[in-house]
Amino acid sequence: MKKLRLGRFALPLYSVIALVYLLIPIVYTIAFSFNDSQGRTNTIWQGFTLDKWMNVCARPDVCASVGTSLLISTVSTLVATVLGTAVAIALVRYSFKGRSLVSLSLFLPMATPEVVMGAGLAALFFNLNFGQGYLTVILAHIMFCLSFVVVTVKARVQTLDPVLEEAGADLYASPRQVFWRITFPLLLPGIVSGALLSFVLSFDDFIITYFNAGGALVTFPMFIYVAAAKGVPAEVNVIASMVFLLALVIVIGTQVASNIRQKRLNTLK
Amino acid sequence: MALAGFSSAAPKPQAASALKSGRFVWVLLLPGLLYLAMFFMVPLVSLLITSVMTPDPSGAYGIYNYGFDLSAYQHVVVDYLPQIGRSFLYAFAATVIALLISYPLAYFVGIRLRTRPLIQKLTLTLVIAPFFISFLLRTIAWKQLFADNAPAMTFVRNLFHLDTTFHFLGTPGAVVWGLVYNFIPFMTLPLYTSLERLDLRLLEAAGDLYATPAAVFRRVTLPLTMPGVISGTLLTFIPITGDYVNASRDFLGASDTSMIGNMVQADYLQNSDYPAASALSAVLMAVILIIVGIYVKRTGTEDLL
Repeated sequence: MKKLRLGRFALPLYSVIALVYLLIPIVYTIAFSFNDSQGRTNTIWQGFTLDKWMNVCARPDVCASVGTSLLISTVSTLVATVLGTAVAIALVRYSFKGRSLVSLSLFLPMATPEVVMGAGLAALFFNLNFGQGYLTVILAHIMFCLSFVVVTVKARVQTLDPVLEEAGADLYASPRQVFWRITFPLLLPGIVSGALLSFVLSFDDFIITYFNAGGALVTFPMFIYVAAAKGVPAEVNVIASMVFLLALVIVIGTQVASNIRQKRLNTLK
Repeated sequence: MALAGFSSAAPKPQAASALKSGRFVWVLLLPGLLYLAMFFMVPLVSLLITSVMTPDPSGAYGIYNYGFDLSAYQHVVVDYLPQIGRSFLYAFAATVIALLISYPLAYFVGIRLRTRPLIQKLTLTLVIAPFFISFLLRTIAWKQLFADNAPAMTFVRNLFHLDTTFHFLGTPGAVVWGLVYNFIPFMTLPLYTSLERLDLRLLEAAGDLYATPAAVFRRVTLPLTMPGVISGTLLTFIPITGDYVNASRDFLGASDTSMIGNMVQADYLQNSDYPAASALSAVLMAVILIIVGIYVKRTGTEDLL
């Protein structure tokens, strides 16, 4: 009996320690966005200030790299989401030959080290004599986002009851109407989370980008990588903290909203 | 599979009547598949072509011609053997540690928190929270926490009575620490997905049949969550073998902790030795394809995605 009680507390305690471990670098990064650091480096705590939050673009090179990253992530996410959603619908709703081959070819990019994909794409562009820049980076990002969109949207398609679509068709809706008025709205939460995941992955990607950016293009992670040798300015922490808090608010907001909806449904029953 | 943890509802089995077939399915599939063929398969072939290119007869730096020269493979397998060995060793150590940290955590979130859905979801959000902040900044945060003059390191030195010659930053330990941290959500999420779906009545039944808690875990829980363990292990181990940020000198490593990725990056982007970088990537990819092949043979392709 005594042993059981110990187990009861050991597991939550272990989990709390594990979560604290996961959060340490995040707290550190956000804390140092308020550091009153002078010059380039931001390694020693020198006092609290809001200055860096007020003038994020005091370092124009930081802001320019964020703009570059936002452009690349937005375009890549849009294309990957459209391509990935179509594949996810096909995988769940249709039977076709070569299904396992399709699954395997979608899994492989997720199971390939980034350095291999980065070097492979660079080798392709090099062999084709294709100049590196925005286009090569965007083409690369769409590729690695695609599989993640498929996985996320597929999980949502699997929860859809086909009966709803059949009912629509029975009521003389054309296939197009069935898709846009029934299937698509029901899939939207899955598509949105696929797109969010894809955006986050693209915005944060360093390795593949570094191999395919060529000389002139500098994304936000590339800026951090180069700055890491000399010291990262606090403005970088501010932007990373903003992205983090925004993503957290979106995710927690969706969860709380779905929880409230679920509770209402339960009271109706 | 792995990232299904991101979606809100658990999949229900599909009615067989929903499965249609026809030409329309290819309209949905082809754009995505052609894209993958063009920008995933073709680049792998390009790697192979580049890996057997020959140096230009003029001896000009970074210029190579199409040919069939296997010397790059000999060069990388012989000269980069320490880096190859280190990559797989670090990846193995980091994967085992990540599994030991993740399994109890995923068990707690997936089983104990089941009665409180909102707290369960919010805790899961904390698990994936590291994804929302830059990978490089997270690593830099550890670098600064482990710096020789950092408070944490002074504390460790005093605790164990170590002198100032003790360093953690730049050691294999620091690299593995960073690798565990950066890839642990890829382990926790698949584990959570399989633990969350586990039917608790099976555990109760085992208990009713006088199985000890340890026996319930070993003979019921663990076998039933094995798919999560396998996909988590793959999704952690594979990307780690190709990582070069953690082991890099500007982050947690030193020159004697370099991994395969560091060599590919140096040869491709600094030394312009494209055949060597491509050959090394091809060797890494071949090892990974063998691992994935064994996995597919054992579990089939349906569980992959």
